[in-house]
Amino acid sequence: MTTTTSALGGAIRRREDPALIRGLGRYVDDIKLPNETAVVFVRSPFARAKVLSIDTSEALAIEGVLAVYTSDDVADLGPLIAQLSFAPRPLLNGGEVKHVGEAVAMVVAENRYIAQDGADAVFVDYDPMEPVLDLKDALSDRQLVHADAESNTLVSWAGPFGAEPEDQQAVKDQIDAAKLRDDVVVVAQEMTNQRLIPTAIEPRRVLAEWRGGYESLNVWSSTQIPHALAGAIGVSLGLPSTSVRVVAPEVGGGFGAKLNVYNDEILVSWAARQLGRPVRWAETRREAANSTIHGRGWIGTATIVGTRDGEILGYEFEGIADMGAYTQNFTVAIPFLGLFVGSGQYKMPTYWNIDCVVTNTVTTDAYRGAGRPEAIYYLERIIDMYARDIGMDPTDVRRKNFIAKEDFPGAVSPVGFAMDTGDYAKNLDALVDAAGYEALKAERDAARAEGRHVGIGVASYVEVCGFAPSGLAELGFNWAGYGLPSAFNGSGLVRVNPDATATVIIGTGPTGQGHQTTWAQLVSDRLGIPVENITVKHGDTADSPMGIGTFGSRSAAVDGTAAYQAADRVREKAAKLAAHLLEASEDDIVFADGGAHVAGSPESRAEWSDIAAIAYQVHKAPEGTEPGLESEVFFTPSNATWPFGSHLAMVEVDPETGNVEILRYITADDCGNVINPMIVHGQIHGGIAQGIGQALFEDAIYDSDGNLLTGSLVDYPIPTAADLPFFELHSTVTPTDVNPMGVKGVGEAGTIGSAQTIVNAVVDALEPLGVRHIDMPLRPRRVWEAIQVANSEGR
Amino acid sequence: MQLSLTVNGQAVNVDVEPRTLLVHLLREDLGLTGTHVGCETSYCGACTVHVDGTTVKSCAMLAVQAAGTEVTTIEGLGNGALHPVQEGFWERHGLQCGYCTPGMIMSAAGLLADNDNPTEAEIRHGIEGNLCRCTGYHNIVRAVEYAAAKMRGDEPSAPDWEGEA
Repeated sequence: MTTTTSALGGAIRRREDPALIRGLGRYVDDIKLPNETAVVFVRSPFARAKVLSIDTSEALAIEGVLAVYTSDDVADLGPLIAQLSFAPRPLLNGGEVKHVGEAVAMVVAENRYIAQDGADAVFVDYDPMEPVLDLKDALSDRQLVHADAESNTLVSWAGPFGAEPEDQQAVKDQIDAAKLRDDVVVVAQEMTNQRLIPTAIEPRRVLAEWRGGYESLNVWSSTQIPHALAGAIGVSLGLPSTSVRVVAPEVGGGFGAKLNVYNDEILVSWAARQLGRPVRWAETRREAANSTIHGRGWIGTATIVGTRDGEILGYEFEGIADMGAYTQNFTVAIPFLGLFVGSGQYKMPTYWNIDCVVTNTVTTDAYRGAGRPEAIYYLERIIDMYARDIGMDPTDVRRKNFIAKEDFPGAVSPVGFAMDTGDYAKNLDALVDAAGYEALKAERDAARAEGRHVGIGVASYVEVCGFAPSGLAELGFNWAGYGLPSAFNGSGLVRVNPDATATVIIGTGPTGQGHQTTWAQLVSDRLGIPVENITVKHGDTADSPMGIGTFGSRSAAVDGTAAYQAADRVREKAAKLAAHLLEASEDDIVFADGGAHVAGSPESRAEWSDIAAIAYQVHKAPEGTEPGLESEVFFTPSNATWPFGSHLAMVEVDPETGNVEILRYITADDCGNVINPMIVHGQIHGGIAQGIGQALFEDAIYDSDGNLLTGSLVDYPIPTAADLPFFELHSTVTPTDVNPMGVKGVGEAGTIGSAQTIVNAVVDALEPLGVRHIDMPLRPRRVWEAIQVANSEGR
Repeated sequence: MQLSLTVNGQAVNVDVEPRTLLVHLLREDLGLTGTHVGCETSYCGACTVHVDGTTVKSCAMLAVQAAGTEVTTIEGLGNGALHPVQEGFWERHGLQCGYCTPGMIMSAAGLLADNDNPTEAEIRHGIEGNLCRCTGYHNIVRAVEYAAAKMRGDEPSAPDWEGEA
């Protein structure tokens, strides 16, 4: 039994697009229900304050205002508990508010305009307190953000992971001993990996409808995790999981921000039940900045000790990560994901520690890359500084310290994690060759000779995705509070219909990744049914198998494998049926061109419609055949996957203005086998743009009172088309061995590879001026100031 | 107050509150939900439409200001067929989540109406008022190049993913 046609690897146009390009996509705000009501939240203007009283009488007197709810009204629902039970969030805060933007009251009215009038008429009396904002101050526990906690530090993650503290200390001692050798250089740098605002172009939206009589809820939400949301709503409202249907229709970007269960999703659902009318909430951009999660927010010091010929003898990282005010789905897990790649793809003794502290700011959680861009940034910046200090080409230093191809299978990173497959030197060589690295360096040197400030930055990365070892859930990274299993399963159902079309239903929650296209390709590959005859559905908990959603570059590697295996099981049954029709052995059945034939005899052929016909009319099939032609599979992989790559940027800095122009951006990424190269390119492009956004533009800035100064797109500049160049993509292919397709995942790779590449390039451009490091974002003023400081220091 | 205008070739007479934004008229009163809302500062461009042939952000215009005008939204752009820009976005993977896409397509169509042979820089500056968080703009620029070639009667260049080493 074989399949001779393959849709895998084809740049097939997306199935999603014909509706989207005509404006016929259906996002939450495009779905209208009769008799809708609208919500506007009243939010704290203080970073930290006691709520003394809330006067709702004037708001309730406005015609068309239906209800104003405060914390007392929702006390029975309890707080929202995420993982590790740290710092649960009140649904509405009537005690001590902990960040600007925290909701204290909820106004429901006949329409959005009246609800806003009502919110403006709610009077809240606050007693402001001094907020905790600085990370080092938070770490000192001078003031506690949560008065009932013992410390602002929720957890510290140290590596080598899994080692006893004394063994971790032994690694640190070994590194410290190396520093004392007289043939080494020690390079240390404190760096900031600044707080970012994810900024999906569709802000979050929720619409809920209570179905009286059925005693059930229909909820539409712009979410990456429909099943988790259904579970959380059920737990909060005391409903069984079957009584909450969550639909994630078209979702206008997520990037991790929609990988969360939010207070508003629970409250809107609850209000729909209270009022017996549909309730809608649409987040404004300013609300998105002040109440939807942020990302990154690390400070830390990276240190390398190495020989003068480029052998790294030890790497240390000591950091503090900003959790914000509460913990949400993965808040404390994000720095842990950083630890996973703390030693990158290098073989060197590594000591790594990060303290996770709460502050009076918006909670942080997963933002594209989620811990991995931060960890790789510190590592790849300090390696670059080390290469500069010993006068060695940065690509040579990297190559000299890579984990070797020969170390696979079985490679374990110095921070203690088993890696699947890797060929790092080959990948860096591919970048160097494709970019014409030597010629680029000559071009840079010629430009410098003319007095221009041109620089080249190179950085490699390894990341970890496609989770995987479900045992990790036992550390507490699970959604047991939402009534979900503690495992990282993927799911897929494949059904061949009586008319020989196929339906694929998956438990993912895509936000633009093209799952309808990719899954049609991989199922077509297994069954030989043409892609155009395969319909892929996702995002509706009423009909999709339980899945944990789309995040962590996991969907193709995990949920994709589930669908792949489901298709194989369907094919096994179909082969038996075809063998019966063709009076042949099932071992000789070949699936091709939309049907099956006997190997070597293409004329002896059964169409899928013939096979499906007897599958659903088993009196025509071999005795004992069960009716139907479908399979549902849950898959949990044996390990995560470890994609990797190398990026190169060539930039020019204008020393008069500090402006950075990207001249070239060239990559070699390795995400294993590729299902659709067009979609993979798109994922890498978008990822690079977000990394460049961090490197050059984006910064979530709080003032000393805890007000977010960058709460609109005016103050928080994400890249525009005019800020970016074309990206020149190349690849190597090192398939993973943890799933049958050999796919690793690509959603976050571009982001993980790019920020440090840009900073390395800018620092290279300014090296002749004596600039050694500039903290992101490298906006013109900051670059210009760094040049002035370097000048005044007399270089 | 009473308001008359033409939307996608159809005469429209509606009664609106004076404070109603054009985008809300289109989405809520006329059911044209292809025009999206992504911010409240007119920065993101998801709400871009054409008013009397000019590219306009419909969240920054009151409905009453559109009285007597001809408005074209994404739903009316191709007159039933695909406009070359829409085709370009499909062929060159110019969209992922699709949320910025209608506004982006309207801006690009406005750009090409004035200049059917723009340089890369002209395309990038022509759409810089429309934010996309998914694509890094690479394939959007390629999509606009594709559309421009089609509109000139030229053969579009091959997609980048075909040339990868």
